[in-house]
Amino acid sequence: MTANEVARRDTGDAAARAREQELALAAVVDIYEDGRGITVQAEMPGVSKDRLKVQADRNTLLIEGDMMIDMPAGIEAVYADVRATRYRRSFTLSGELDTDRIEASLKDGVLTLSIPKRAEFTPRKIEVKTA
Amino acid sequence: MFGSLFASFDGSALDEMRRIETELNRIFERVPSSTGIRSARPGAFPPINVGFTPERVDVYMFAAGLDPAKVDITIQQNVLAVSGVREVPVDASADYYRKERFEGEFRRVVTLPDDVDPERVEARYRDGVLQITLQRREAARPRQISIN
Repeated sequence: MTANEVARRDTGDAAARAREQELALAAVVDIYEDGRGITVQAEMPGVSKDRLKVQADRNTLLIEGDMMIDMPAGIEAVYADVRATRYRRSFTLSGELDTDRIEASLKDGVLTLSIPKRAEFTPRKIEVKTA
Repeated sequence: MFGSLFASFDGSALDEMRRIETELNRIFERVPSSTGIRSARPGAFPPINVGFTPERVDVYMFAAGLDPAKVDITIQQNVLAVSGVREVPVDASADYYRKERFEGEFRRVVTLPDDVDPERVEARYRDGVLQITLQRREAARPRQISIN
């Protein structure tokens, strides 16, 4: 790939990213870790299971969802704290996490992702022998 | 503009979703921030949207993971108050890196038009959104007057 091609590609990606971020809300999250792995809990009120997308590769976790809100025809907003209809948030993963075994569940707008550690990375207690 | 996201959905749902998306964006985009005397600071939990039609008023509260049994909705004349507790279970054995989720008691109050009927209010909770629908009184609706 030539330098020009790289530059062009970067500009394109950046523009696409800017557009996506402009219209998306960042889902509020809690993230915690225990011996088994990392858990992400993301709030995405208004998103049902079929409008949720969770994508993980070795390095990146991407969470996206579209809201589906029941609204009468001809409704006019008089007040709005929420001004977008989709959520989007991404995180960089680390190598010891096993992205092939992520478990996801969605309940009342809360997405819970369990990302286990690879077996060889789960902590082992090292016993100290006394002489 | 939503191409990358919609790519994962099948074609039949695509058009309908685009329509809904456009509609929602049109409705909720660039609505001025409230200066109402009962309005909460930006970012207060839960975020609220309010929409009117001539027949009804809809209040949407974006509150994921709520236990409906722990939410109290009251209406006095045209003042709607929603209070409750949102509990976020904490894993005591885990190390937390981020704790952005709101936890604890909340209360939000919305002043509605004078013509809402406090006797005809419905609330439902779905996918983390609490929707409260209030009917407006007939008399307040625009009426066509014919010329004799």
